[in-house]
Amino acid sequence: MTMVKVKNLNKWYGKHHVLKDINLSVEAGEVVVIVGASGSGKSTLLRCINFLEKAQKGSIGIDSKEVSVKSKKLHLIRQEVGMVFQHFNLFPHKTIMGNVTEGLTQVKKMSTAEAVEIGKKMLDKVGMLEKADTYPSMISGGQKQRVAIARALAMNPKVMLFDEPTSALDPELVGDVLLVMKKLANDGMTMIVVTHEMGFAKEVADRVIYVDEGQIIEEGTPEEVFDNPKNERTKEFLSRIL
Amino acid sequence: MDTWDFSIIPKFFTSFAPYAWMTVQVTILGLLIGIVLGLAFSLLRLSKLKVLNYPAKAYIWIIRGTPLLLQLLLIYFGLVNIVKLDRLPAACVALGIHNGAYIAEIFRGSIQSVDRGQREAGMSIGMTQTKIMRRIILPQAFKRAVPPLGNQFIIALKDSSLASAISVPELLLHARQMGAANFKLMEMLTIAAIYYLFMTTILTLLSTLIERKLKVSDNKSTI
Repeated sequence: MTMVKVKNLNKWYGKHHVLKDINLSVEAGEVVVIVGASGSGKSTLLRCINFLEKAQKGSIGIDSKEVSVKSKKLHLIRQEVGMVFQHFNLFPHKTIMGNVTEGLTQVKKMSTAEAVEIGKKMLDKVGMLEKADTYPSMISGGQKQRVAIARALAMNPKVMLFDEPTSALDPELVGDVLLVMKKLANDGMTMIVVTHEMGFAKEVADRVIYVDEGQIIEEGTPEEVFDNPKNERTKEFLSRIL
Repeated sequence: MDTWDFSIIPKFFTSFAPYAWMTVQVTILGLLIGIVLGLAFSLLRLSKLKVLNYPAKAYIWIIRGTPLLLQLLLIYFGLVNIVKLDRLPAACVALGIHNGAYIAEIFRGSIQSVDRGQREAGMSIGMTQTKIMRRIILPQAFKRAVPPLGNQFIIALKDSSLASAISVPELLLHARQMGAANFKLMEMLTIAAIYYLFMTTILTLLSTLIERKLKVSDNKSTI
Protein backbone atom coordinates (compact mmCIF):
# COMPACT_ATOMS: atom_id res chain seq x y z
CA MET A 1 0.00 0.00 0.00
CA THR A 2 1.37 3.40 -0.95
CA MET A 3 1.48 5.81 1.98
CA VAL A 4 3.08 8.86 0.38
CA LYS A 5 2.92 9.67 -3.28
CA VAL A 6 4.76 12.68 -4.68
CA LYS A 7 3.93 13.37 -8.31
CA ASN A 8 5.80 15.73 -10.63
CA LEU A 9 6.58 18.12 -7.80
CA ASN A 10 8.12 21.43 -8.82
CA LYS A 11 9.06 24.30 -6.61
CA TRP A 12 10.66 27.64 -7.25
CA TYR A 13 12.03 30.27 -4.89
CA GLY A 14 11.72 33.25 -7.16
CA LYS A 15 13.64 32.16 -10.25
CA HIS A 16 15.54 29.46 -8.46
CA HIS A 17 14.14 26.07 -9.41
CA VAL A 18 14.67 24.11 -6.17
CA LEU A 19 12.66 20.98 -6.91
CA LYS A 20 12.55 19.66 -10.46
CA ASP A 21 9.85 17.18 -11.28
CA ILE A 22 10.22 15.00 -8.20
CA ASN A 23 8.41 11.66 -8.24
CA LEU A 24 8.52 9.54 -5.14
CA SER A 25 6.31 6.94 -3.63
CA VAL A 26 6.76 5.46 -0.22
CA GLU A 27 5.08 2.24 0.85
CA ALA A 28 3.50 1.70 4.25
CA GLY A 29 6.14 0.61 6.72
CA GLU A 30 8.97 1.66 4.47
CA VAL A 31 11.92 3.69 5.70
CA VAL A 32 13.30 6.03 3.08
CA VAL A 33 16.45 8.01 3.72
CA ILE A 34 17.12 11.08 1.61
CA VAL A 35 20.74 12.15 1.31
CA GLY A 36 22.33 14.99 -0.59
CA ALA A 37 24.55 18.03 -0.23
CA SER A 38 23.23 21.11 1.55
CA GLY A 39 21.17 23.21 -0.82
CA SER A 40 20.24 20.19 -2.91
CA GLY A 41 16.56 20.57 -2.03
CA LYS A 42 16.22 17.54 0.20
CA SER A 43 14.81 19.45 3.18
CA THR A 44 12.51 21.43 0.93
CA LEU A 45 11.16 18.17 -0.49
CA LEU A 46 10.45 16.91 3.00
CA ARG A 47 8.78 20.17 4.00
CA CYS A 48 6.62 20.04 0.89
CA ILE A 49 5.24 16.68 1.95
CA ASN A 50 3.43 18.20 4.92
CA PHE A 51 2.89 21.54 3.18
CA LEU A 52 5.15 23.65 5.38
CA GLU A 53 6.41 24.68 1.96
CA LYS A 54 4.01 24.89 -0.91
CA ALA A 55 5.10 23.57 -4.26
CA GLN A 56 3.87 25.45 -7.30
CA LYS A 57 3.32 22.38 -9.45
CA GLY A 58 2.60 18.72 -8.88
CA SER A 59 0.72 16.87 -6.21
CA ILE A 60 1.19 15.13 -2.89
CA GLY A 61 -0.87 12.15 -1.83
CA ILE A 62 -1.05 10.89 1.74
CA ASP A 63 -2.56 7.45 2.27
CA SER A 64 -4.03 7.45 -1.26
CA LYS A 65 -5.77 10.81 -0.74
CA GLU A 66 -4.44 13.37 -3.14
CA VAL A 67 -4.15 16.81 -1.55
CA SER A 68 -4.21 20.07 -3.42
CA VAL A 69 -1.67 22.64 -2.30
CA LYS A 70 -4.47 25.21 -2.28
CA SER A 71 -6.62 23.17 0.08
CA LYS A 72 -7.99 25.09 3.06
CA LYS A 73 -7.82 21.94 5.14
CA LEU A 74 -4.06 21.47 5.21
CA HIS A 75 -4.11 21.40 9.02
CA LEU A 76 -6.19 18.22 8.78
CA ILE A 77 -3.64 16.56 6.51
CA ARG A 78 -0.79 17.60 8.78
CA GLN A 79 -2.33 15.66 11.65
CA GLU A 80 -1.57 12.52 9.70
CA VAL A 81 2.02 13.48 8.99
CA GLY A 82 4.38 13.77 11.94
CA MET A 83 7.40 16.01 11.64
CA VAL A 84 10.65 16.20 13.58
CA PHE A 85 12.77 19.31 13.08
CA GLN A 86 16.50 19.88 13.15
CA HIS A 87 16.13 22.43 15.96
CA PHE A 88 13.45 20.47 17.85
CA ASN A 89 11.07 23.45 18.03
CA LEU A 90 9.65 22.41 21.37
CA PHE A 91 7.26 24.92 22.93
CA PRO A 92 9.43 26.61 25.59
CA HIS A 93 6.51 27.84 27.67
CA LYS A 94 5.04 24.37 28.10
CA THR A 95 6.24 21.42 30.12
CA ILE A 96 7.51 18.28 28.41
CA MET A 97 4.11 16.70 29.00
CA GLY A 98 2.42 19.90 27.82
CA ASN A 99 4.38 19.73 24.59
CA VAL A 100 3.24 16.18 23.92
CA THR A 101 -0.41 16.73 24.88
CA GLU A 102 -0.87 20.09 23.09
CA GLY A 103 -1.98 18.51 19.81
CA LEU A 104 -4.17 15.97 21.57
CA THR A 105 -6.15 18.49 23.59
CA GLN A 106 -6.17 21.32 21.06
CA VAL A 107 -6.44 19.48 17.76
CA LYS A 108 -7.95 16.12 18.64
CA LYS A 109 -10.08 17.71 21.38
CA MET A 110 -9.27 15.04 23.93
CA SER A 111 -9.77 15.59 27.63
CA THR A 112 -6.63 16.38 29.60
CA ALA A 113 -6.80 12.99 31.32
CA GLU A 114 -6.97 11.09 28.05
CA ALA A 115 -4.19 13.21 26.57
CA VAL A 116 -1.91 12.70 29.56
CA GLU A 117 -2.51 8.95 29.33
CA ILE A 118 -1.27 8.93 25.74
CA GLY A 119 1.44 11.44 26.63
CA LYS A 120 2.82 9.08 29.27
CA LYS A 121 2.90 6.22 26.81
CA MET A 122 4.71 8.28 24.19
CA LEU A 123 7.24 9.74 26.62
CA ASP A 124 7.90 6.26 27.96
CA LYS A 125 8.53 5.07 24.43
CA VAL A 126 11.30 7.63 23.96
CA GLY A 127 12.64 7.21 27.50
CA MET A 128 11.60 10.66 28.68
CA LEU A 129 8.74 9.94 31.07
CA GLU A 130 10.82 10.96 34.09
CA LYS A 131 11.15 14.48 32.75
CA ALA A 132 7.45 14.95 32.04
CA ASP A 133 7.05 17.89 34.43
CA THR A 134 10.18 19.83 33.52
CA TYR A 135 10.59 22.48 30.85
CA PRO A 136 12.43 22.09 27.54
CA SER A 137 15.34 24.34 28.56
CA MET A 138 16.17 22.00 31.42
CA ILE A 139 16.97 19.01 29.23
CA SER A 140 19.74 18.24 26.73
CA GLY A 141 19.44 18.52 22.96
CA GLY A 142 19.16 14.79 22.52
CA GLN A 143 16.41 14.66 25.11
CA LYS A 144 14.61 17.55 23.43
CA GLN A 145 14.66 15.69 20.16
CA ARG A 146 13.23 12.58 21.76
CA VAL A 147 10.44 14.69 23.25
CA ALA A 148 9.85 16.18 19.81
CA ILE A 149 9.52 12.66 18.43
CA ALA A 150 7.03 11.83 21.21
CA ARG A 151 5.07 14.98 20.42
CA ALA A 152 4.76 13.96 16.78
CA LEU A 153 3.95 10.33 17.61
CA ALA A 154 1.19 11.34 20.02
CA MET A 155 -0.91 12.45 17.05
CA ASN A 156 -0.76 8.87 15.77
CA PRO A 157 0.53 9.88 12.34
CA LYS A 158 0.55 7.62 9.30
CA VAL A 159 4.00 8.75 8.32
CA MET A 160 6.86 10.44 10.15
CA LEU A 161 9.16 12.98 8.53
CA PHE A 162 12.59 13.68 10.03
CA ASP A 163 14.45 16.79 8.89
CA GLU A 164 18.11 16.29 9.87
CA PRO A 165 17.06 15.26 13.38
CA THR A 166 20.58 14.82 14.71
CA SER A 167 22.43 17.66 12.94
CA ALA A 168 22.09 20.10 15.82
CA LEU A 169 23.18 17.61 18.47
CA ASP A 170 26.47 17.07 20.23
CA PRO A 171 28.00 13.85 18.90
CA GLU A 172 27.53 11.95 22.15
CA LEU A 173 23.79 12.66 22.11
CA VAL A 174 23.14 11.43 18.57
CA GLY A 175 23.04 7.75 19.49
CA ASP A 176 19.98 7.94 21.76
CA VAL A 177 17.93 9.73 19.13
CA LEU A 178 18.93 7.28 16.40
CA LEU A 179 18.04 4.41 18.71
CA VAL A 180 14.53 5.77 19.18
CA MET A 181 14.18 6.17 15.43
CA LYS A 182 15.41 2.65 14.87
CA LYS A 183 12.84 1.30 17.30
CA LEU A 184 10.17 3.26 15.50
CA ALA A 185 11.24 1.77 12.18
CA ASN A 186 11.16 -1.72 13.65
CA ASP A 187 7.63 -1.06 14.89
CA GLY A 188 6.63 -0.59 11.27
CA MET A 189 6.32 3.20 11.10
CA THR A 190 6.50 4.70 7.64
CA MET A 191 9.43 7.11 7.75
CA ILE A 192 11.11 9.61 5.46
CA VAL A 193 14.40 10.78 6.91
CA VAL A 194 16.73 13.49 5.71
CA THR A 195 20.04 12.84 7.43
CA HIS A 196 23.80 12.79 7.17
CA GLU A 197 24.00 9.72 9.41
CA MET A 198 25.14 7.19 6.85
CA GLY A 199 25.45 4.46 9.47
CA PHE A 200 21.77 4.88 10.28
CA ALA A 201 20.89 4.87 6.58
CA LYS A 202 22.81 1.65 5.96
CA GLU A 203 21.31 -0.10 8.93
CA VAL A 204 17.70 1.06 8.92
CA ALA A 205 16.78 2.34 5.46
CA ASP A 206 14.84 0.19 3.03
CA ARG A 207 15.66 2.66 0.34
CA VAL A 208 18.15 5.49 -0.07
CA ILE A 209 17.52 8.44 -2.35
CA TYR A 210 20.23 10.79 -3.48
CA VAL A 211 19.05 14.29 -4.32
CA ASP A 212 21.20 16.73 -6.24
CA GLU A 213 20.20 20.15 -7.59
CA GLY A 214 16.54 19.47 -6.95
CA GLN A 215 16.40 16.12 -8.68
CA ILE A 216 16.42 12.53 -7.55
CA ILE A 217 19.44 11.21 -9.39
CA GLU A 218 19.98 7.91 -7.65
CA GLU A 219 17.70 5.57 -5.77
CA GLY A 220 18.02 2.05 -4.41
CA THR A 221 18.76 -0.11 -1.40
CA PRO A 222 21.52 1.20 0.87
CA GLU A 223 23.88 -1.43 -0.60
CA GLU A 224 23.14 -0.33 -4.15
CA VAL A 225 23.54 3.38 -3.47
CA PHE A 226 26.43 3.30 -1.02
CA ASP A 227 28.50 0.40 -2.34
CA ASN A 228 27.77 0.61 -5.98
CA PRO A 229 26.59 4.08 -7.03
CA LYS A 230 25.94 4.46 -10.74
CA ASN A 231 25.91 8.21 -11.01
CA GLU A 232 29.17 10.17 -11.00
CA ARG A 233 27.78 12.89 -8.76
CA THR A 234 26.61 10.33 -6.20
CA LYS A 235 30.08 8.77 -6.20
CA GLU A 236 31.66 12.14 -5.63
CA PHE A 237 29.23 13.03 -2.83
CA LEU A 238 29.76 9.70 -1.09
CA SER A 239 33.53 9.91 -1.39
CA ARG A 240 33.35 13.20 0.44
CA ILE A 241 31.22 12.06 3.35
CA LEU A 242 32.04 8.37 3.89
CA MET B 1 7.47 84.61 42.48
CA ASP B 2 10.69 86.44 43.17
CA THR B 3 12.00 83.85 45.65
CA TRP B 4 11.37 80.15 45.90
CA ASP B 5 9.82 79.29 49.18
CA PHE B 6 10.01 75.52 49.55
CA SER B 7 8.77 75.64 53.11
CA ILE B 8 5.20 75.93 51.81
CA ILE B 9 5.48 72.59 49.98
CA PRO B 10 4.39 70.41 52.94
CA LYS B 11 1.37 72.59 53.49
CA PHE B 12 0.05 72.08 49.97
CA PHE B 13 1.43 68.61 49.31
CA THR B 14 -1.54 66.48 50.37
CA SER B 15 -4.06 68.66 48.54
CA PHE B 16 -2.50 67.36 45.30
CA ALA B 17 -3.38 63.75 46.05
CA PRO B 18 -6.88 63.68 44.46
CA TYR B 19 -5.42 65.21 41.29
CA ALA B 20 -2.65 62.65 41.22
CA TRP B 21 -5.40 60.05 41.47
CA MET B 22 -7.04 61.63 38.43
CA THR B 23 -3.70 61.33 36.59
CA VAL B 24 -3.59 57.66 37.54
CA GLN B 25 -7.14 57.11 36.29
CA VAL B 26 -6.54 58.82 32.97
CA THR B 27 -3.35 56.81 32.52
CA ILE B 28 -4.88 53.46 33.41
CA LEU B 29 -7.98 53.95 31.25
CA GLY B 30 -5.85 55.25 28.40
CA LEU B 31 -3.54 52.28 28.65
CA LEU B 32 -6.41 49.79 28.81
CA ILE B 33 -7.82 51.22 25.60
CA GLY B 34 -4.29 51.32 24.19
CA ILE B 35 -3.58 47.66 24.96
CA VAL B 36 -6.82 46.48 23.36
CA LEU B 37 -6.24 48.64 20.28
CA GLY B 38 -2.56 47.72 20.23
CA LEU B 39 -3.18 43.99 20.24
CA ALA B 40 -5.91 44.25 17.61
CA PHE B 41 -3.88 46.48 15.32
CA SER B 42 -0.68 44.47 15.71
CA LEU B 43 -2.55 41.38 14.50
CA LEU B 44 -4.16 43.32 11.65
CA ARG B 45 -0.79 44.80 10.78
CA LEU B 46 0.70 41.30 10.54
CA SER B 47 -2.11 39.95 8.37
CA LYS B 48 -1.22 39.06 4.81
CA LEU B 49 -4.49 40.58 3.60
CA LYS B 50 -4.14 44.14 2.38
CA VAL B 51 -7.68 45.08 3.45
CA LEU B 52 -6.58 44.31 6.99
CA ASN B 53 -2.99 45.46 7.13
CA TYR B 54 -3.38 48.72 5.19
CA PRO B 55 -5.81 50.32 7.65
CA ALA B 56 -3.54 49.22 10.49
CA LYS B 57 -0.51 50.72 8.79
CA ALA B 58 -2.43 53.95 8.16
CA TYR B 59 -3.53 54.16 11.81
CA ILE B 60 0.01 53.69 13.07
CA TRP B 61 1.39 56.11 10.49
CA ILE B 62 -1.05 58.91 11.33
CA ILE B 63 -0.95 58.53 15.11
CA ARG B 64 2.81 58.25 15.36
CA GLY B 65 3.27 61.08 12.92
CA THR B 66 1.21 63.70 14.74
CA PRO B 67 1.55 65.20 18.23
CA LEU B 68 -0.54 63.81 21.05
CA LEU B 69 -1.60 67.31 22.07
CA LEU B 70 -3.06 67.87 18.61
CA GLN B 71 -4.85 64.52 18.70
CA LEU B 72 -6.27 65.40 22.08
CA LEU B 73 -7.59 68.75 20.85
CA LEU B 74 -8.98 67.20 17.69
CA ILE B 75 -10.83 64.53 19.62
CA TYR B 76 -12.17 66.89 22.26
CA PHE B 77 -13.13 69.87 20.13
CA GLY B 78 -13.56 68.07 16.83
CA LEU B 79 -15.76 65.23 17.93
CA VAL B 80 -17.83 67.52 20.08
CA ASN B 81 -20.07 68.18 17.09
CA ILE B 82 -20.60 64.49 16.35
CA VAL B 83 -20.61 62.79 19.71
CA LYS B 84 -20.61 64.80 22.87
CA LEU B 85 -17.54 63.62 24.71
CA ASP B 86 -16.75 64.91 28.17
CA ARG B 87 -13.25 66.04 29.05
CA LEU B 88 -12.27 62.95 30.97
CA PRO B 89 -13.47 60.35 28.42
CA ALA B 90 -12.02 62.47 25.61
CA ALA B 91 -8.63 62.46 27.33
CA CYS B 92 -8.80 58.70 27.92
CA VAL B 93 -9.81 58.00 24.34
CA ALA B 94 -7.08 60.25 22.94
CA LEU B 95 -4.45 58.70 25.18
CA GLY B 96 -5.78 55.24 24.30
CA ILE B 97 -5.69 55.81 20.56
CA HIS B 98 -2.24 57.34 20.84
CA ASN B 99 -0.76 54.56 22.94
CA GLY B 100 -2.53 51.95 20.81
CA ALA B 101 -0.30 52.83 17.88
CA TYR B 102 2.89 52.46 19.90
CA ILE B 103 1.72 49.32 21.68
CA ALA B 104 0.72 47.81 18.31
CA GLU B 105 4.31 48.22 17.17
CA ILE B 106 5.62 46.74 20.44
CA PHE B 107 3.38 43.68 20.04
CA ARG B 108 4.23 43.35 16.37
CA GLY B 109 7.94 43.33 17.17
CA SER B 110 7.59 40.74 19.90
CA ILE B 111 5.32 38.52 17.81
CA GLN B 112 7.78 38.62 14.95
CA SER B 113 10.66 37.83 17.28
CA VAL B 114 9.18 34.43 18.14
CA ASP B 115 11.10 31.80 16.22
CA ARG B 116 9.53 30.68 12.95
CA GLY B 117 10.04 27.09 14.04
CA GLN B 118 7.39 27.57 16.72
CA ARG B 119 4.72 28.23 14.12
CA GLU B 120 5.95 25.30 12.05
CA ALA B 121 5.90 22.99 15.05
CA GLY B 122 2.30 24.02 15.71
CA MET B 123 1.41 23.45 12.07
CA SER B 124 3.10 20.05 12.08
CA ILE B 125 0.77 18.77 14.80
CA GLY B 126 -2.24 20.03 12.87
CA MET B 127 -3.03 23.25 14.73
CA THR B 128 -4.88 26.00 12.88
CA GLN B 129 -3.25 29.41 12.45
CA THR B 130 -5.57 30.97 15.03
CA LYS B 131 -4.75 28.30 17.58
CA ILE B 132 -1.03 28.65 16.92
CA MET B 133 -1.26 32.39 17.47
CA ARG B 134 -3.26 32.06 20.68
CA ARG B 135 -1.57 29.05 22.26
CA ILE B 136 2.00 29.17 20.97
CA ILE B 137 3.04 32.59 19.65
CA LEU B 138 1.23 35.12 21.86
CA PRO B 139 2.23 33.62 25.24
CA GLN B 140 5.86 33.85 24.18
CA ALA B 141 5.42 37.27 22.57
CA PHE B 142 3.77 38.82 25.66
CA LYS B 143 6.78 37.88 27.72
CA ARG B 144 9.10 39.67 25.35
CA ALA B 145 6.80 42.69 25.23
CA VAL B 146 7.13 43.39 28.96
CA PRO B 147 10.26 45.60 28.95
CA PRO B 148 9.12 47.89 26.10
CA LEU B 149 5.59 47.96 27.53
CA GLY B 150 6.92 49.12 30.90
CA ASN B 151 8.65 51.93 29.08
CA GLN B 152 5.46 52.83 27.21
CA PHE B 153 3.46 52.89 30.46
CA ILE B 154 5.85 55.44 31.91
CA ILE B 155 5.55 57.58 28.81
CA ALA B 156 1.76 57.31 29.01
CA LEU B 157 1.73 58.45 32.63
CA LYS B 158 3.73 61.54 31.82
CA ASP B 159 1.76 62.18 28.63
CA SER B 160 -1.45 62.26 30.65
CA SER B 161 -0.37 65.74 31.76
CA LEU B 162 -1.38 66.95 28.31
CA ALA B 163 -4.99 66.38 29.36
CA SER B 164 -4.59 69.64 31.26
CA ALA B 165 -4.93 71.33 27.87
CA ILE B 166 -8.60 70.36 27.82
CA SER B 167 -8.99 71.15 31.53
CA VAL B 168 -9.06 67.62 32.91
CA PRO B 169 -8.45 68.22 36.62
CA GLU B 170 -5.23 66.27 36.79
CA LEU B 171 -1.90 66.89 38.44
CA LEU B 172 -0.36 69.46 36.13
CA LEU B 173 -3.52 71.51 35.74
CA HIS B 174 -3.95 71.62 39.49
CA ALA B 175 -0.34 72.69 39.96
CA ARG B 176 -0.75 75.53 37.49
CA GLN B 177 -4.03 76.68 39.01
CA MET B 178 -2.64 76.59 42.52
CA GLY B 179 0.45 78.37 41.31
CA ALA B 180 -1.59 81.14 39.76
CA ALA B 181 -3.87 81.50 42.75
CA ASN B 182 -1.04 81.74 45.28
CA PHE B 183 1.64 83.30 43.09
CA LYS B 184 3.76 80.24 43.89
CA LEU B 185 4.00 78.51 40.52
CA MET B 186 7.50 77.06 40.95
CA GLU B 187 6.67 75.51 44.29
CA MET B 188 3.45 73.99 42.96
CA LEU B 189 5.18 72.62 39.88
CA THR B 190 7.79 71.12 42.17
CA ILE B 191 5.07 69.33 44.11
CA ALA B 192 3.65 67.96 40.83
CA ALA B 193 7.13 66.85 39.81
CA ILE B 194 7.55 64.94 43.07
CA TYR B 195 4.23 63.17 42.47
CA TYR B 196 5.15 62.28 38.89
CA LEU B 197 8.57 61.03 39.91
CA PHE B 198 7.05 58.94 42.68
CA MET B 199 4.56 57.33 40.28
CA THR B 200 7.06 56.67 37.49
CA THR B 201 9.47 55.20 40.04
CA ILE B 202 6.81 52.75 41.14
CA LEU B 203 6.21 51.82 37.48
CA THR B 204 9.93 51.33 36.91
CA LEU B 205 10.26 49.12 39.97
CA LEU B 206 7.23 47.11 38.95
CA SER B 207 8.49 46.47 35.45
CA THR B 208 11.95 45.55 36.74
CA LEU B 209 10.31 43.13 39.15
CA ILE B 210 8.19 41.53 36.42
CA GLU B 211 11.18 41.35 34.08
CA ARG B 212 13.21 39.58 36.74
CA LYS B 213 10.37 37.14 37.41
CA LEU B 214 10.09 36.37 33.71
CA LYS B 215 13.82 35.94 33.35
CA VAL B 216 13.74 33.27 36.04
CA SER B 217 11.02 31.38 34.22
CA ASP B 218 12.90 32.03 30.97
CA ASN B 219 15.89 30.16 32.33
CA LYS B 220 13.76 27.10 32.56
CA SER B 221 11.98 27.71 29.31
CA THR B 222 14.18 28.89 26.47
CA ILE B 223 14.30 26.70 23.39
